[in-house]
Amino acid sequence: MTETSASPAALKPPRSQWRDVWDQFRTHKGAMLGLIVLVSLVLFVTIGPFFRDAPELTIAQQIKLRNKPPSFEFPFGTDQLGRDMLVRMMEGGKVSISVGLVAMLISITLGSTVGVLAGYFKRLDGPLMRMTDLFLALPLLPLLLVMVMLFREKLSGALGPEAGTFLLIVSAIGVTSWMQAARIVRGEVLALKEREFVLAARSIGTPPRRVILRHVLPNVMSPIMVAATLGIASAIITESALSFLGLGFPPDFPTWGRLLYDGVEQMQLFPARVIWPGLAISLTVLSVNYIGDGLRDALDPRIRGR
Amino acid sequence: MLTFTIRRLLLAIPTLLFISLVIFLLLELAPGDPMSQVPLTVPPEVKQKMREALGADQPMFFRYMLWLKQFFIIEPLHILGAITGIDLAGDAQRIISWQSRSPVADIIAQRIPQTLTVIGAAYVIGVLIALPIGIYSAYRQYSWFDQLGTFISMIGFSVPTFFTGVLLIVIFSVNLGWFPSIYDTTLKVTDWASFLKQVKQMVLPVSVLALYNAAQISRYMRSSMLDNLGQDYVRTARSVGMTERVVVLRDVLRNSMIPVVTVIALGIPTIFGGAIITEQVFKVNGLGQLLISAIHANDLPMVQTLTFIFAILIVLFNLIADVLYGILDPRIRYD
Repeated sequence: MTETSASPAALKPPRSQWRDVWDQFRTHKGAMLGLIVLVSLVLFVTIGPFFRDAPELTIAQQIKLRNKPPSFEFPFGTDQLGRDMLVRMMEGGKVSISVGLVAMLISITLGSTVGVLAGYFKRLDGPLMRMTDLFLALPLLPLLLVMVMLFREKLSGALGPEAGTFLLIVSAIGVTSWMQAARIVRGEVLALKEREFVLAARSIGTPPRRVILRHVLPNVMSPIMVAATLGIASAIITESALSFLGLGFPPDFPTWGRLLYDGVEQMQLFPARVIWPGLAISLTVLSVNYIGDGLRDALDPRIRGR
Repeated sequence: MLTFTIRRLLLAIPTLLFISLVIFLLLELAPGDPMSQVPLTVPPEVKQKMREALGADQPMFFRYMLWLKQFFIIEPLHILGAITGIDLAGDAQRIISWQSRSPVADIIAQRIPQTLTVIGAAYVIGVLIALPIGIYSAYRQYSWFDQLGTFISMIGFSVPTFFTGVLLIVIFSVNLGWFPSIYDTTLKVTDWASFLKQVKQMVLPVSVLALYNAAQISRYMRSSMLDNLGQDYVRTARSVGMTERVVVLRDVLRNSMIPVVTVIALGIPTIFGGAIITEQVFKVNGLGQLLISAIHANDLPMVQTLTFIFAILIVLFNLIADVLYGILDPRIRYD
C-alpha cells in the first residue's frame, strides 16, 4: 500500500501497486473496450461543442429547419423546433455525465463516511446501521419523484432553472444511493480495525482521526473505487428515468433522458430521435459497468498477478 | 423460528412508523394546499370550515396521527367491509384523493389487477428464464453459452427499461406492426380471440421487464451454482457413482436455490418501482402510472398512500426473505 509515485520510469524494479492494477485491468477485454467507449463518449460531449455551435438564426429560418432528416449538414437531423440533434446530444450528454459524476461523488462521500464511522466506532455502529437499513427500506424511485415534484419549483426559483434542477437532482440521487457503499465500507473497516498495523498506530497514541485518514481509508480505497464506478452508472440511469418520466430537467436544458422523453411523442415518425439518446445512455452505462467489473478484478489482490 | 418471525414482525412496526413519518414530513413541506382547487367565490369562512372538516388546521402531530389512523384502521375496515358485505367502518373519514374526490383505496383497488397481470407475469417469466440459464452457465463455465449469457445479462441490466421498451415499440409495433404499443385495459377476456388479443398486448411490456429481471436473477443463480459445484460433497456424490443429472439437478441445485429464493423474494417489491417506468412506456394504467399521474396533479393523499404501500411491500418482502432463508437453510438458526 505505497503512495503512487509521480514518475513511472523510476518504478521499474519495485513495481507500484497501481501499475499492477493497470496491467491486470488491461487483460480484461470488456473493461478496456468499455474504457475506450467511455473516453470517446466523454470527448464527444466535452470537445464536440467546440467544433459545432448552434448557429444564430431568425425564427423564420429556424422554422424552415424543422424535422430535417439526417443530412451532411445535420448528421442526426433536426427536431420539431429546428434544433440540431447533434448539438443537443452533445449538450445533453454533458449534463447526463456530470449528473452521474457529481451524484456519485455525493453518494460515495456519504456512504464512506457512514461506513467508516460505523465500522471504526463501536458506539456509532448500531444507530448508523439501523439508519442504513431504514434507508434501504424506503421506496426510492417514488420518493425521488416526490422530492423532485416538491422542490423543483422552489429551487428553480431560487437558483435559476438550470442550476436549481441540477442541484436538486444530484443531491436527491446522492442522498438515496449511499447505502450499498456504506455497507461495503463498514465490512472492510471492521476487518481492518483488528489488523496489527492499526493496533500499532493506536498503541503509539495516534488519534482516531489520523488512524482513519492515514491507515484505514487508503486500505478501503479499492471497494470504494468499484462502488464509485458502478455508482456513476446507476446515477445516470436514475437521472434519465426521472427525466423520462417528465420530472427531470426542463426541455431547453436537455439531458439524454429528456431527449428520449421528448422523442417518444414522435417516435412513430422519427424513431431516430429516441434511438440516439437511448443508445448513448445504454453505451455509457454498459461501458461504466464493464469498467467496474474490470476494476473489481484488477483491485483484488487474490486475482491480480495470476 | 416462530420467535424469530414474531421478533422481526415487531421490529417492522417502528421501521414502518419511521418511513411513514419521513413520507408525511416530506409531503408536509409541499407548497400544495387542499383548498387550492376550491373556487374563489367560496367565502373564506366556509373555506375555514372545510379546512377544519379535513383536519388541515390541526397541529402537525395530530394530522400525522389522523393519517395513521385512516391508513391502518379505517381503510382496512372498509376493505374488510367490501369483502364481507358488512358495514364495519361506518361513515368515518377516509383518505380522499384530491384529484377525483373518491377514496384513494377504491382507485388503487381498480388499478391493482393491471399491475399484477403485467408485472406478475413478467416476473414469473423472468425467473423461469433465468434459472435454467444460470444453471447451465455455471455447469459449463466459460463455454460459449456462458460467455453469451454473461454478455446478455450485462446488457439486460445496463440498458434501462425505458429504452428497451421504446426500442421494442419502434421495431415491433411501428415497423413490423405485430403488437400494439398501447395496453388496452378495457379489454375483457371472454373468448379465444380476446384472449389472443390480451396475450398480444402483454408481449412487449412483459418481455421488457422479464429481460431486466432475468438478467439479474440468472447472475445470482450462476454464482450460487458455481459456489456449490466446487464443494466436497459434489465430488463425493460423483465418486459414489451418482449420475451427473442427479448430482447437478438434485444435490447442487437444491443447495444453490437457497440464496436465489431470497433474492427472488427481495426483488418482488423493487419490480413495482421498475414497473413505474414500464407502465408509463406502454400506457398500462396500473399502480405506477397512477403514482406518476398523481404526482403531476399534485394529489398528495394519493402520492402519500401509494409511496407508503410501496414501503410496506419492501419491508414485508425483506421479512419474507429472511424467514425463507431460515426455513430453507438448516444451518441458519436465528434464535
